[in-house]
Amino acid sequence: MSQIHARLAGVTRVFPGSAGHGDVHALGPVDLDLARGEFFSVVGPSGCGKSTLLEVLAGLQTPTQGAAAFEDKPIGAETPEGVGVVFQEDSSFPWLTVWDNVAFGLKRTALSGAEIETRVRDALAFMGLKDFHKAFPAQLSGGMRQRVCIARTLVLRPRLILLDEPFGALDQQTRLLMGDELLRLWRETGATVLLITHALDEAAMLSTRVGVMSSRPGRFIDLVETGWPRDRDSRIVADPAFGAVTARLWSNLRGESLKAMGHA
Amino acid sequence: MTRAGAWRLGLLAGFALALELATRTGAISHTILIPPSAMLARLAGIVAEGQLVDDIAFTLLSVLTAFALAVSTGFLAGIGIHALPRLRRALDPFFATYYAVPFFVFYPVMIAIFGLSKLPVIAIAYLFAVVAMIVNTLNGLDRIPRVLAKVARVHRLSWADAAWNVKLPAAAPNLFTGIKLAIAYAFIGTIASEFIMATSGLGYSIAYAYNNFDNRTMYALMLFVVALVGAINLGLYEWEKRLMKRRTGR
Repeated sequence: MSQIHARLAGVTRVFPGSAGHGDVHALGPVDLDLARGEFFSVVGPSGCGKSTLLEVLAGLQTPTQGAAAFEDKPIGAETPEGVGVVFQEDSSFPWLTVWDNVAFGLKRTALSGAEIETRVRDALAFMGLKDFHKAFPAQLSGGMRQRVCIARTLVLRPRLILLDEPFGALDQQTRLLMGDELLRLWRETGATVLLITHALDEAAMLSTRVGVMSSRPGRFIDLVETGWPRDRDSRIVADPAFGAVTARLWSNLRGESLKAMGHA
Repeated sequence: MTRAGAWRLGLLAGFALALELATRTGAISHTILIPPSAMLARLAGIVAEGQLVDDIAFTLLSVLTAFALAVSTGFLAGIGIHALPRLRRALDPFFATYYAVPFFVFYPVMIAIFGLSKLPVIAIAYLFAVVAMIVNTLNGLDRIPRVLAKVARVHRLSWADAAWNVKLPAAAPNLFTGIKLAIAYAFIGTIASEFIMATSGLGYSIAYAYNNFDNRTMYALMLFVVALVGAINLGLYEWEKRLMKRRTGR
C-alpha cells in the first residue's frame, strides 16, 4: 500500500474572467504529497486559494493544469469514495433532526438499518450529541451544529477528511475544545486529515505538518514539521516549542499577508 | 391560546360588536350595512336550506383548478427559467411589473376565447396566481445555500436525489410563500371574474344579490367568502409557523 495517500502534482486553478475582468489565477502550481494518516494543515493569506486546493482534492473543482489523485486514482469531477468534507459554513440540513442529518449519507449506502443505527449512535456519542438526536439544528449552538456536520462525515468512515475552516465561526475556547475532539477523531479513525485554517495556533496545535501558502496565486512557500507526539491535545499550547512553531509560521506568512492586503 | 391570539380574537370581537352597535343604533344605515348578527343569521339560513350550494361548489372548483394549475406550472416554469439565466434576465422586468397590469381588462378576450363558461374565470384566476408561484420558486432556488449544493455533491447524490432531498427542502420556505400567494390570488381572480363574466358562483351571486337590493344575502355571502379565505390562510399560516419553528427554533 502506497504511503502517499493523496497527491497534487503541478495543480493550478484559473477562474475565467467575467465581463471587464481578466482571468483570476487563484492557485498554483502546487505540489503536495499527503502521507497516509498524517494531519496536514494549510495556512495562508485570505484569498490565496486554500479552499480551492481543498475543493480540487474533494472533486468539487477541476484543476486547470496538473493532476490530483487519491489512493493512486485520479480525482475527476466527482468526490472520490472514501473522501469526506466538512465546510466552514453551517451545512447541516435545517429541516432534518440531528439524527437524520447524521444518517443522511448512510441512508444512501447499502448498509443495513441496524448498521446505520449503530454508526449514527456511535458518532453522536463520540461528538457529545447523543442527548440531542431529536433536536433540529436551529435548536443547537454553532459549535454543536458544526459537530453534527463532522458526525455526518464521520459516520461514512472516510479515509481522507477535508476540513475547510470548520471552526472559523466559533469562539476561541470552543475552537480549542473542538480541536481536541478533532485530534481524538484523527487518532481513533486513523484517517488522513487536511485542515484549511486561518488560525496559526490552531494549525500549530493540531498538525503533523503545516503548509504555508503565498498570496494569490497560492503556492507552498514553507512546509513546517511540528514534531508533536501523536497523543496530544490543546495543552500543547503551553509547550515552549509551540511558540517557536507559531513564530515560524507567522514569519513566513506576515509578508504574504501584507502583499495580499496590497501593502507590499 | 397565546396572548397575541387572544388579542387578535378580542380585536375581531370588538370590531364585530362595534359594527353591531353602530348598525342597531342607526349610526350606520341598514341600506349601507346590516348588523353582523343579521349577516350570520342569513348565512345560517343559506347553509341550513342548502341554498347556493351549487354556486359555492362552482367557485371552489374554479379556485382549486386555478390554484393547482398555477402551483404546478408555476413551479415547473420557475425551475426551467432558473436553469436558463439568459431567459431569466429577459423575463425579470416582466415579472417585476406583472402585477401592475389590470388583468380584468382582458375579460372580453377571455370570453371570446373560452366562451361564457367556467374557463375564462379559471384562466384569469390562473394568470393572476401563476406568476407569484414562478417568482417565489425563483427566489427559493436563488436562496439555496451554495454549501448545501456542495454537500449534495460530496455525498455523490444523483440529480433527482439532490433535487428532492436537498434543493426542494432548502427552497421550501419560499415555495410555501408562493403557494400561499397563489391561493390568495386564485380566490381574488375567481371571485372578481365571477362578478363580471360568470352566470354562477359566489361572485356572481353576490353581484346578483346586490343588483336585486338583497342586502342580507349579499352581506351573508361576503361574510362567507371572508371567513373561508381567512380560515384557509390562517391554516396555512399556522402550518408554515410550525414548519419554520423547526428551522429557526423560534
